[in-house]
Amino acid sequence: MLTFAPSPAVDAVMLEARAADFSKRSLKREAKRAAIDLAIRCIDLTTLEGTDSPGKIASLCAKAVHPGYGAPSVAAVCVYPNLVSVAKAAVAGTGVKVASVATAFPSGLSSLEVKLRDTETALADGADEIDMVINRGAFLAGDETLVCEEIAAVKRVCGDVRVKAILEAGELGSYDAIRRCSDLALEAGADTIKTSTGKIGASATLPIALVMCQSILAFYRRTGVRRGFKAAGGIRSSKVALSYLVLIDELLGADWLDPGYFRIGASSLLDDLLLQREKERTGRYPSPAIIPKD
Amino acid sequence: MITEQPHPARLAYATSRESTPANIAPSYGHFIGGAFIASSGGKTFETTNPATGEVLSRVATGTPEDIDRAVAAARKAYEKYWKPLSPARRAAYVYRIARAISERSRELAVLETLDNGKPIKESRDFDVPLSSAHFFYYAGWADKLEYAARGGRMPHARGVVGSIVPWNFPLLMAAWKIAPALAAGNTIVLKPAETTPLSALRLAEICTAADLPPGVLNIVTGDGVAGAALAAHPGIDKLAFTGSTEVGKAIQRGRAGSRIPITLELGGKAANIVFADAPLDEAIEGIVNGIYFNQGHVCCAGSRLLVQEPIHDEVVARLEARIETLRLGDPLDKNTDIGAINSRAQLDRINELVAAGISEGAVLHRQSAAVPQTGSFFPASFFTGVGSGMRIAREEIFGPVLSVLTFRTADEAIEKANHTRYGLSAGIWTDKGSKSMYVASKLKAGVVWCSTFNKFDPSSPFGGYRESGFGREGGLEGLRPYLEFDE
Repeated sequence: MLTFAPSPAVDAVMLEARAADFSKRSLKREAKRAAIDLAIRCIDLTTLEGTDSPGKIASLCAKAVHPGYGAPSVAAVCVYPNLVSVAKAAVAGTGVKVASVATAFPSGLSSLEVKLRDTETALADGADEIDMVINRGAFLAGDETLVCEEIAAVKRVCGDVRVKAILEAGELGSYDAIRRCSDLALEAGADTIKTSTGKIGASATLPIALVMCQSILAFYRRTGVRRGFKAAGGIRSSKVALSYLVLIDELLGADWLDPGYFRIGASSLLDDLLLQREKERTGRYPSPAIIPKD
Repeated sequence: MITEQPHPARLAYATSRESTPANIAPSYGHFIGGAFIASSGGKTFETTNPATGEVLSRVATGTPEDIDRAVAAARKAYEKYWKPLSPARRAAYVYRIARAISERSRELAVLETLDNGKPIKESRDFDVPLSSAHFFYYAGWADKLEYAARGGRMPHARGVVGSIVPWNFPLLMAAWKIAPALAAGNTIVLKPAETTPLSALRLAEICTAADLPPGVLNIVTGDGVAGAALAAHPGIDKLAFTGSTEVGKAIQRGRAGSRIPITLELGGKAANIVFADAPLDEAIEGIVNGIYFNQGHVCCAGSRLLVQEPIHDEVVARLEARIETLRLGDPLDKNTDIGAINSRAQLDRINELVAAGISEGAVLHRQSAAVPQTGSFFPASFFTGVGSGMRIAREEIFGPVLSVLTFRTADEAIEKANHTRYGLSAGIWTDKGSKSMYVASKLKAGVVWCSTFNKFDPSSPFGGYRESGFGREGGLEGLRPYLEFDE
């Protein structure tokens, strides 16, 4: 059995206090405009519905590439494995990446063989990034080795393709457990750690993001290797999105303020960012009707 | 593999100044008997914005005669209005003041920041809401005073209260005194600090708008002359002072032989103890909050950091990195973490003690942020290599300067923490509950925070041991000194 160095304890009171401080930073005028564009560039524009069809994916991709009103393209679209080839064709040559969920998303409760096959299918269809779910059942049962081995196996299959390990923080039960899973996932080779699937009620929060980023920072201090963070689930307003940018800025620093190291997984957030962007540009709120629907 | 890409610089927070007007009048008199009146000596002095040096207003210079008038007005109001009033009606007034503070919170926050120099985020999120909360809390006691007594004795108001408050939390300290005094049925004469009179005067306006009967609250502005006259006045029935240990001792000497109860809340040099098993990321936040909150102008500041030896270097490295992210500057900017030092005199004192630390051989670490050229500022700083005999380990710096010392065992931490003439507060950081409890039970400090720091609540008593003073403020313990009980 593999053993891993213990993770530091996390105390909820001061953790939540500092997270609240990030949400109180005030970004105005040019600072706000720059932050909105950065947030747009860091979005993984996501659709993960049973009803997703080629038409829906094509229209989502069009919006990802050209959000409208001169806004920059988002970082990636995030779709189910079956739709990777559609998305790949739709964003070809634009620089927008295609991320695919895999490994029996969202529960992660299939055999390793199925998980790897799931990943290989997405890769074969051209996925640029893999959003895998970690084995929460194994973690809660105390089997850290299995958690790590699965992540490492997926990473082996992916090679240079970026692997984002979804912790599903809302299912882990404590900040200590979130810190532990973050440390394990980074140790096992995940390029990015991601908060949530978006498929359960509890989604990303600033304190959860703070714990995970503290793990990323500790990993960087120890190894010199910079890993990424993705906040996903429930981030709908520009104000909240900008709080995440503030957190990244103040905790990890400017080197992480880049789609290479920071992503926001969201669907409706882009609409609000575009609305706020127009408001900053013109000085008044436009009608939400001007924002294109995907 | 993640490839390096060109990335933007740090988020450049544009300045985001709080724009609510503070509506400061060009001059203010004393607030005595429900009206603003000039000083009997005719003199006034300037109150300035420490961040800019700009004059905010001129206020009356209090004289012993002004104190006489204020005490007489308070006595008259006590006999005529406040004593005959039913407790429930008294409660209604105190509730009304609490609500008015909430309703005018923005304006009060801006006013406090202008006069004091503290960051608007602190006046907005800490000083003003907590001031309102104290009035709400004690309003609830006004018609339940018999439950404050032990053994079924009947409680009574004492009469006229004299209060002297410091400049670090001007409105909040005034609230700590006024709220229990009024709720218990006393009238009060308050002397705000020389450098920060404006929020108390605004509170007087609020009380007038709340129809508080004239003379129930009186405010005499001025320097130590007015303060000394109030502290020694034969017409007061209770004295409450918050401020320096030096002045507190003088007050106590002056009142020797007088039978009135005194509450003194004085200085501190609190130990903030960090064990090797502490949740370190959070402990760093607690250290930062403990010393840099309100520029370190906090009597209960965690100004002596005791770090267990194995984690000393890591704590120092983390602290160095963390203070670089603190934003020093314009207190009215909502993004400012560290505002202005309240006065030139205080800045001189900080500089003097920092120089002493350096000359005694300690190593100074300070944030690299540019210090504004106008006004009084001091960057977030800390000393390593501090010996427990150095002045910076013993004396209250009352500024954003932390002294870092080490310990090896819990018992050594306790011994070092208690080795001080003060005893106001302490902090403990460990992930082990039993260790927290053991250490907390051995610390001679009025407040011990475990895995947090600078947490306040109106229901929780606050006060010191030894040269940090005596008596408690807040909670039931903070109400009793304002009451007499039948034998």
